[in-house]
Amino acid sequence: MVKYFCCADLLKGTWDQVCTAFWQRYPNPYSNHVLTEDIIFREVTPSNCLISRRLLTKTSRAPRWMERYLPKKMSSLAYIIEDSIVDPQKRTMTTLTWNITHARLMSVEEWCEYGINPENGSWTQIKREAWISSNVFGLSRAIQEFGLARFKTSVTKTMKGFDYVLAKMQGETPSRTLAATATERARETALAAKEKAKGLASHAQKKQYV
Amino acid sequence: GIYLYGVLKRSVGEACTDLKREYDQCFNRWFAEKFLKGDRSGDPCSESFRTYQRCVHKAIKDKDIPIDGVEFMGPSKDKPET
Repeated sequence: MVKYFCCADLLKGTWDQVCTAFWQRYPNPYSNHVLTEDIIFREVTPSNCLISRRLLTKTSRAPRWMERYLPKKMSSLAYIIEDSIVDPQKRTMTTLTWNITHARLMSVEEWCEYGINPENGSWTQIKREAWISSNVFGLSRAIQEFGLARFKTSVTKTMKGFDYVLAKMQGETPSRTLAATATERARETALAAKEKAKGLASHAQKKQYV
Repeated sequence: GIYLYGVLKRSVGEACTDLKREYDQCFNRWFAEKFLKGDRSGDPCSESFRTYQRCVHKAIKDKDIPIDGVEFMGPSKDKPET
């Protein structure tokens, strides 16, 4: 049995920006679990596609209930391989990511395709599919459920990280004027103040009822 | 503009981190300014790539990281139909 997951995501950046960000997205504030990152193979094919293999080290802590079934000295590090093909003619980037350690315990395979959003050419859409499986007798279903939940959390983090790196990239393009940046800063500050006020108000309200 | 954010992450081989950063900077520039724009006029990063690869593959061997025999875009081929 394999758990299957599929979703679509949107990034507010051009396909070129997203591909450029893809190689520069570590570190970001949402990637603290990614410890190391290396390119271990790279080539431009005769058909002008860039193919790369990236090796990542991530921390992966098992939940409490699972720990008792695991070897005592099991490493809390997981090695991940991420293969990718960037096709600048078709404007697509395809990635396949999977863990090469602890794979009997739980194997997560993720396939993504990044392409130009047909409704808005300056945005990028991501088609994402994932397969999660476990070979632990009697526990595979529980582990797969856990794996799926964690995978969803990590997708959210990935997207936040992408947004962060894209915003930084876009914020530094010369076409953007200082005035526009200042206006945005002011708006962000105002928004933060509003949120804070809301928080205080609801806190005060709660207190009244206690 | 050139954006150099992802050049601070460490390499799996402690000794390779500086080589990795040097290569990443070169690559990121080449990727955005040449590759995506269809410019195929040579690869300015091949030298730094070679040096970095020697270092990182030694580290992978020393640490017994099981990357051997894993086909490119490998596991998708035996994906069960769901």
